[in-house]
Amino acid sequence: MVSSENGLILEIEDLTVGYQQAGGWREAVRHVSLEIPKGQTVGLVGESGSGKTTLALATMRYLPEEGTVCQGAIRFQGRDLLALKDADMRRIWGSQMTMVPQDAQASLNPSVKLGEQVAELLRHQEGLSESEARSRTRELFERVQLGDPDRVRDSYPHQLSGGMLQRVLTAMAISTEPSLLVLDEPTSSLDVTTQAVMLDLFRELIGGQRQTAVLYITHNLGVVAQIADRVAVLYAGDLVEDAPTVDLYHQPLHPYTRGLLDCVPKLGENKTEVNLRPIQGQIPSLRDLPTGCIFRPRCPLAIEVCKEYPPLYEAGKGRRSRCHRWEEIKEGEISGSQPVPEGAQVEPPSGAEEDVLDLEDVKVHFTERRSLAKLLSGRASTKVRAVDGVSFDVGRGRTVGLVGESGSGKTTLARAVVGLAERTGGEIKLLDTELPPGLRGRSAETFCCLQIVFQNPADTLNPYLSVGQILRRPLKRLRDQTPEELDAAVRELLESVHLSGEYASRLPGQLSGGEKQRVAIARAFAPRPDLLIADEPVTSLDVSVQASILNLFNELQGEYEIGTLFISHDLAVVGYLADVVAVIYLGQLMEVSESASIFDPPHHPYTEALLSSVPLVDPEGEQEQIRLTGEVPSPSEEITGCPFHTRCPRFIGDICVEEIPPWREISGMSKRTFCHIPEEELREKQKRTFRFSE
Amino acid sequence: MATREDRGASEGSSEVRAGLASRVLVGVQELYRRPSSAIGATIFVLFLLMALFGPMIAPYGANEQIVEDAREPPSADHWFGTDNLGRDVFSRVVLGARDVLALAGLGTLAAVILGTVIGLVSGYYGGWVDEVVMRFFDSLLSLPALLLALLLLGSLGPSRNSVLVVITVVYTPIVARVVRSVVLSVKTKEFVEAARVQGEPVWYILFREIFPSTLPALAVEASLRFSYAIFLVASLGFLGVGVQPPSPDWGLMVKEGRANFTQTPWALYFPAGAIAVVVIGVNLVADTLKQILQVPSQLRK
Repeated sequence: MVSSENGLILEIEDLTVGYQQAGGWREAVRHVSLEIPKGQTVGLVGESGSGKTTLALATMRYLPEEGTVCQGAIRFQGRDLLALKDADMRRIWGSQMTMVPQDAQASLNPSVKLGEQVAELLRHQEGLSESEARSRTRELFERVQLGDPDRVRDSYPHQLSGGMLQRVLTAMAISTEPSLLVLDEPTSSLDVTTQAVMLDLFRELIGGQRQTAVLYITHNLGVVAQIADRVAVLYAGDLVEDAPTVDLYHQPLHPYTRGLLDCVPKLGENKTEVNLRPIQGQIPSLRDLPTGCIFRPRCPLAIEVCKEYPPLYEAGKGRRSRCHRWEEIKEGEISGSQPVPEGAQVEPPSGAEEDVLDLEDVKVHFTERRSLAKLLSGRASTKVRAVDGVSFDVGRGRTVGLVGESGSGKTTLARAVVGLAERTGGEIKLLDTELPPGLRGRSAETFCCLQIVFQNPADTLNPYLSVGQILRRPLKRLRDQTPEELDAAVRELLESVHLSGEYASRLPGQLSGGEKQRVAIARAFAPRPDLLIADEPVTSLDVSVQASILNLFNELQGEYEIGTLFISHDLAVVGYLADVVAVIYLGQLMEVSESASIFDPPHHPYTEALLSSVPLVDPEGEQEQIRLTGEVPSPSEEITGCPFHTRCPRFIGDICVEEIPPWREISGMSKRTFCHIPEEELREKQKRTFRFSE
Repeated sequence: MATREDRGASEGSSEVRAGLASRVLVGVQELYRRPSSAIGATIFVLFLLMALFGPMIAPYGANEQIVEDAREPPSADHWFGTDNLGRDVFSRVVLGARDVLALAGLGTLAAVILGTVIGLVSGYYGGWVDEVVMRFFDSLLSLPALLLALLLLGSLGPSRNSVLVVITVVYTPIVARVVRSVVLSVKTKEFVEAARVQGEPVWYILFREIFPSTLPALAVEASLRFSYAIFLVASLGFLGVGVQPPSPDWGLMVKEGRANFTQTPWALYFPAGAIAVVVIGVNLVADTLKQILQVPSQLRK
């Protein structure tokens, strides 16, 4: 293992990288300088367009054809990387410089068994023989904590879960004891409980490899707080801040970093206590960057001098900031916080309200179509119990947050309420009217009262219709307006989602993701619904945009007094936005609680595990390390008794397997849990799962 | 997880204005920018003009027999020469354009309309309706077009109208299949679901929400079918089961020209050349349309 004399594995100096594409020239990375000594983990944080992936690719000399390094130097172990030929790079790739990519499934050969893929790497890199490679593979698989390594060796990628595949890739990446390990969003496609286990694994592996420099790329401020020694923040291709993790989170010295930290919902905070402050404005297009400091149009601290492009100031203690006013920030004279958005005050809902939505033992079961193979083998068709008996209600003016991981059935439930999925059991009442199981038979009034906002902004609007056309349609049909009133109504709708009237003539292709989502929300509000279902509406958006959409939901709910069912996998987001939180696992609710008490014990064991798995946006925060073993069972498996018993850290015995748990009301709180463990025992054994350091 | 996106509005897209008309105009401009399709489009326009203004261009009548000039090679009086009956080949080619293009054009149009409707309905509803229709179409498609055409003409009897019916029947299945495949991928998109959740009636969803997405694939398929239809009309004429003499159908002319090849080879070359040139021209346009509209037959990234 070689490092340069000063112990630096990687030195990036004044690097600028651009792409030449059909539309022109784009600078994706500008004047970035970064150093990683051995044994250190640097977290590279940024939103979309920040250039973090480009930087990683450039570092590995793996840019696509259109990408060019315009200036700057990259030194790896003291060697000038940009001067090396491909043949030399091939000796470095995969052995001294390795990578764990984001999408495990896409990175593995689907037609080769995993054991063979790893063995091939070992034979090539280390010249091992067949049998040596086999035993080393086994060793590696054990090191990344793959239970049953022999089975994994014999499996094809599609037979394993995302988490397991990611472990295989990690095994491949560490097998050669590399000098530089690059991880590009390795956990962003994993569930939060799986992610927690992967982060534990990364920490352990990295800790064991004292000679390795690690570059960890992510957009998740919680993950980076928990895994990085230092953080580098990128914004639209610029490196805006670089500091030790603890210092950065304690006092960011750049308004963008401050803005990011202020707009992320933190575990334990609710809208009644805290205001999310979105970063005003938008990420600039790389083709059209502002002059001077590129954050200037969005910066609350911008003054005259900011018209000059700031250098990367040394701010002491190994910190750097690309802000002219960093000293004032450090002294505490100014903070760089974004202003509190207007209309942000949220009043807690008043007294008794009617129920807008009432779910009673709702079930959605699918029967898998019988394939020829299954017919011949005589196996009965499998029943998939996506939703298996869910009951709760949503009051007017209240937001119910439904939290679950993949396979929990939360999206299926949303679709069943709206009618897109056929309900096979139970009752759904909308304002005291029972709803038919599907879309057929629903009255026009039902369609008015019940609307949905989807997850994916890209496909949520018809690309061939203008925004005005999209909004006019529901207005015309369901609210029966005259043509003159229509134009005014469209403008009014757009303004309610904070878009100017001129958006009406634009096509979806001209809008950003956040803007599309706003139009989708406007469309959902057009018929003046009583109940709005939001299925992961902010998951695909950048962090700075999420906050403004969450605030929008708040605002609209208050203004129109609707009930909202907000679905997400992110407990921090749900805990922030919702008045009532419902936790769902394998098609059944585990816990329903007022959000004021969801973060305090006693918890359902699953909630407890979730709360201890969400990475805290605080490097010094304390958190219980409750981890779930195994994988989420498939919804087609028949599980008797409590659906969580196969993975429950507080499993108490046969009763969990044999009997369906009761619903227990927790005293002193508006909370009920679906668990055999009595309240007193939970109170005794459970501590507060997490604590922020301030 | 979906990729994160929240770029500024100016990222990526060139100036896109709502409105089919302006988009068609842009498409035509694109066609002329590329040499292959510029040639193809020009060829097509030339023949279209021939079809429209035939009687004004042709110096002689289609069946005007000038016995003293019979069997003459191309000359100043008769640009394409005369056939064994003394008819001016050039005039016949020009006047024949009308029949060929009209028949092929109308037939393709009918196939496109019918195929689109069936493709939309079948793709959207799925289930056994879709299965039945698609298996039936599969069986039609398993026959070579010409064979199917002949079978149909056997029962319908050769005439201009029969050819029209035949073209429609032969090409509807392919159009339906193309439209259906687009429908399958579009119907699960959120904007379609949003329309359903707003209680939109099925016809609205099919024609206003889903149909526009089929236009690129449809445009390419339609132009391709048109070129094949021209060829089919000519082939049927050649076999004598299509348009009947004394119509100046190119296929017929080739057939007759073949019979008298030793004496008047130009009576074969020119109509055959006309067929080839038109088909190639339309094909070039179809090819370019495919490129411009980037109809993906593979997965998008």
